Amino acid sequence: MSTLTKSKLIKTVSSPSRMAIIVAVVLIVASVVRRITGADDITSAGATGATLRFTVPLLMAGLGGLWAERSGVINIGLEGMMIAGTWIGAWFGFLHGPLVGFICAAIGGALIGLFHGFLVVKIGIDQAVSGLAINLLALGAARYLSSIYFATNGGDISLSPQVKQPGVFSIPGLSSFLIDLNAKNIIVISDAAGILGGFVTEVSYATVLLFLLVPISTWILWRTRFGLRLRFCGENPVAAESLGVKVFRTRYIALAISGMFASLGGAYLCMVSASVYREGQTAGRGFIGLATVIFGNWRPTGVLAGSFLFGFTDALRVRQSTSVHAILLVIVILGLLFAMWKFFQRKYKVFGISALSSLIVGVIFLKVPKIPDEFVTFFPNLATILVLVLLAQKLRPPAMLAVPYREREEGH
Amino acid sequence: MKLNKVFWAIVAPLAAIVTSLLFVSGILLLKGNPPYETLKTMIDYGFTPRNIVAELNIASSYYIAGVAAAIGFKMLLFNIGIDGQYRMAVFFAAVVGGAITLPPILHVTLIIIVGAVVGGLWGSIAGYLKVKRGISEVISNIMLNVIAGGLVAFLLQPGRLGEQAEGSNNLNTPILATSGWMPTIKFLDGEIHSFLIVSVFIGIGYWVLLNKSVFGFNLRSTGMSFRAARAGGVNAPRMIFVTMALSGAIAGLTGMGTLLSETHSYSISFPAGYALTGLALALLGRNHPVGIAFAAYFWAFLDRSAGVLDLNGVPREIITIMQGTIVLSIVVAYELIKRINQKQEQRLVGSASNEQIAAPKIESEKN
Repeated sequence: MSTLTKSKLIKTVSSPSRMAIIVAVVLIVASVVRRITGADDITSAGATGATLRFTVPLLMAGLGGLWAERSGVINIGLEGMMIAGTWIGAWFGFLHGPLVGFICAAIGGALIGLFHGFLVVKIGIDQAVSGLAINLLALGAARYLSSIYFATNGGDISLSPQVKQPGVFSIPGLSSFLIDLNAKNIIVISDAAGILGGFVTEVSYATVLLFLLVPISTWILWRTRFGLRLRFCGENPVAAESLGVKVFRTRYIALAISGMFASLGGAYLCMVSASVYREGQTAGRGFIGLATVIFGNWRPTGVLAGSFLFGFTDALRVRQSTSVHAILLVIVILGLLFAMWKFFQRKYKVFGISALSSLIVGVIFLKVPKIPDEFVTFFPNLATILVLVLLAQKLRPPAMLAVPYREREEGH
Repeated sequence: MKLNKVFWAIVAPLAAIVTSLLFVSGILLLKGNPPYETLKTMIDYGFTPRNIVAELNIASSYYIAGVAAAIGFKMLLFNIGIDGQYRMAVFFAAVVGGAITLPPILHVTLIIIVGAVVGGLWGSIAGYLKVKRGISEVISNIMLNVIAGGLVAFLLQPGRLGEQAEGSNNLNTPILATSGWMPTIKFLDGEIHSFLIVSVFIGIGYWVLLNKSVFGFNLRSTGMSFRAARAGGVNAPRMIFVTMALSGAIAGLTGMGTLLSETHSYSISFPAGYALTGLALALLGRNHPVGIAFAAYFWAFLDRSAGVLDLNGVPREIITIMQGTIVLSIVVAYELIKRINQKQEQRLVGSASNEQIAAPKIESEKN
């Protein structure tokens, strides 16, 4: 009886306020851990700023993957499309400034997306083969073109000339107020101020605009007729076509958007995260984008959460790798809290698993003085595998993902 | 019908190569390099005796990766995890081989077995996830590749399993004792890894396994029709798991020639990208042991002869573009051929059934 009322109680708490509770708990734990370990970076404004710069490329790749997969096509070529975006962004950004760079990268990415569409939708070749070939071609083309264009303009085969970054802004008053508050070192409040401060201090206009693509994607995919049709194509193309949805055309559009987003993420990498194109700059982010789609259960907000998590660890690794160690303690405490909650819900199996894994992480925290960078690098991949293993039952991928589909030919 | 198949199996790859040559020529012209001369320098350079030997050595590794991919393809598995499987395998083989000393042949055998086992184990993770959790092997293998790369980089640090020669940036595992070396064979101007012979045997083994064994029969039938195979008593999930492990085990042998006959230790300079190459070769060679062999030599030839391009003011990346184009054109060609054949068959079936319908009519008229 009591479990019934409890679970009812939990259900009656609306999802925004549940989110608020979770955020508050995480914040308190992070604040306490910062005090204990002295890893100031985990809640500083600087770390938040860096997190944003690392998150956006992953987010764009993830959203690109989401659009493609929701329409039923898997896009392994995200990495190649990002590479194209870094190159195009750097070259046109160098010539005509960042805005033109971003626009050209978007157009170029959309064209590559359409090319992928032509191969897998129209011709019907294996989706993974097409994606991999695109990765290979983009890699070769970027180096080839660099040797022609960059080498004669002050760069070389693996480096572009300096590219101008898009402008940044801080919200006057609020930014300095939050940073002052962060410096005062009041528990929880300073931490919250630090994190919020990062969101309003020296933020690139590009960051804001690209973040807007999350609500826009959600709105289009879940609130418009076109979005419904697009998801329909991913769930059941045969039924969709029998109801008059143009499956091929919808998938073409989805892939153009997919390529455009991934390419924008690449352009962001070379113009905001850095101010130069460097070979290998994408460093497998296209594949991590693919991982965030799974991690986020094929939903834009989930992709956002996954990108933040992976972007955050990436940012900490680059800024101050001791902070990554402190994060372990955060995980332990959060894991134990979660276990307790499950215990009161009498879900003993989940309780056991989460308690045990928290304890294991706790032992690692105590025994290992520093988390090796290599582990931080593949953390997103490991996390995705674990999510797939532990939560495979709860994931809801589009039903006809990566299943080849032939439109019925005319005259039948 | 059989002849038709053989004809297409030869024409399609050639058509793909010609297409990519045309495409690459166009790109060369854009930059103002003469395509014909460029190609000629490449071929001249690629067929110098020294390079032929190097190409054979590279091709032997590529061939093994190609066979690993082909076994997966036969089961409709897309083993993009070859990279990770190979890296884990060659690393642990080098570590185990470097840690002990055994009589000559035993030592080499042990190293090879360790490689196959580690590769097989790493490959079977993806197989397990596919069978038990329904996770696409493409996704899990991509993730596993990154994890393998990170693990090996971590373990290769000095003080763990690797060491750093003084005055060098290169990290490597301890050098194998000479009992763990495989001899090289003098040929033309250079030395061929004797592991090349092993890769020939892998090719023969692949053919025998596929065409002359019960396992191969089950493999091919499951790859053709899941349901039919299941109805015929084949344990399809088990087949998937075993195939993935087998493909991984073969992938684990990819770097052995280099390890045993050339470097004698694993280092970070071991090449990456075997997954892509292996898959491309299996596609190009249509999963046939002989076809893959030709494809492997061709690929190695391209890689090697690209070296001369930079000297002539042509960026060598043109070769990467060419390889990418070949892969795309070949799969497009196969897809189109499949479509044409299907149409033909439909037409044949259609006309045959029309005759059957027409036939009784004539009889009834007679009566």
